[in-house]
Amino acid sequence: MILIINLCKEKLHYFEFVKPIEDILKNAGISYLRKDCDSYEGDFSENEKIIICGTSLKDNDFLKNFKKFEWIRNCEVPILGICGGMQIFGLVFGGKLEKKTEVGFFYESFVNEFLGVKGNLQVYHLHNNFVNFSKLNDFEVFCGDDISQAVKHKEKEIYGVLFHPEVRNKNMILEFVKR
Amino acid sequence: MKLGVLFSGGKDSCLATWIAKKEGYEISCLISIQSSNKNSFMFHTPSILSTRNQAKAMRIPLIVQETPGEKEFELEDLESVIARAHKKFKIEGIVTGAVESVYQSSRIQKICNKLNLECFNPLWQKNQKELLYDLVKNNFEVIVVGVFAEPLNDKFLGRKIDEKFIKEMEELEKKYKINPAGEGGEYETFVLNCPIFKEKLEIKSFEDFGEKNSWRRELEIK
Repeated sequence: MILIINLCKEKLHYFEFVKPIEDILKNAGISYLRKDCDSYEGDFSENEKIIICGTSLKDNDFLKNFKKFEWIRNCEVPILGICGGMQIFGLVFGGKLEKKTEVGFFYESFVNEFLGVKGNLQVYHLHNNFVNFSKLNDFEVFCGDDISQAVKHKEKEIYGVLFHPEVRNKNMILEFVKR
Repeated sequence: MKLGVLFSGGKDSCLATWIAKKEGYEISCLISIQSSNKNSFMFHTPSILSTRNQAKAMRIPLIVQETPGEKEFELEDLESVIARAHKKFKIEGIVTGAVESVYQSSRIQKICNKLNLECFNPLWQKNQKELLYDLVKNNFEVIVVGVFAEPLNDKFLGRKIDEKFIKEMEELEKKYKINPAGEGGEYETFVLNCPIFKEKLEIKSFEDFGEKNSWRRELEIK
């Protein structure tokens, strides 16, 4: 069972940031369970994999409570953090939140394979913040020099993407779930 | 939370309005952009004047902004009308009916971000057939008021979105790669009735304009 964690404070954002992920899994015949971040206590042993979805440009409440996500440090199951989810990884592992607004399609370059993609890829950005993972020893940056766009923990199956793969790059989510 | 809806009168903006209301949000105003550019990439144009009848049927105030519809300048008009709605109705966010178009949605996201407003896209990435079936299932009465792609022609104008229409679109998708819900701009729609209308709209008359595979129908509502 895949656990999907919803970071959205506003319930109308569920349809934009969580439902598309659910639809990708549903269409692939993969079962999932959704929990809101406020009600999730890090009881990850029951889950096969975890996806932490993103939220809107203005919906940053989850950042105030990032300490609630300390469980990620000890998590033994693979996790994919999308946008806000990736920012949480950065904060939990000692990074600092920085400001940068990117909205729309951008080309990003993957030198090495990352969740099934390599080379130039058009991705959808929707963020006002980021964490510079190149300053964090625990992570390898797969994409993005100044602004880390795709990262993986060096020892754990913790993947983060700042862009939204649910838009045009759905296979990256399936690659995470199936690998 | 008080919200304004970018409202074209078509199926997507009506469905998005309905979802937002159903989720408990207060819809304080509808915002309609009336572009003189009939080929606008940003805004729906057929029967746009009849949004005032829809707003009346929903008992929600409508703010109208006219624009010459020149590319990118029309965004200034969009920003100005959203700012006006923000000031007049104290809205804290905007709802759109964006489904697939990153071109449209990213421009609206940037304007909302600049004005410090939330931006809600409840249909974002929704499967297009699921969207059409949701309309039928929830008693949305929707007709086609514009066609802009082969093999669609004037015979499609006025067609109601029902199961037969959806099946036909599925066939056209296989044969001509038509997006079943018209997400590629293949067709535009107008909503005559839906669960948030207090009364059904009735067509008094209409006029069709166009040629070959590009047609629009201008409705006059009773």
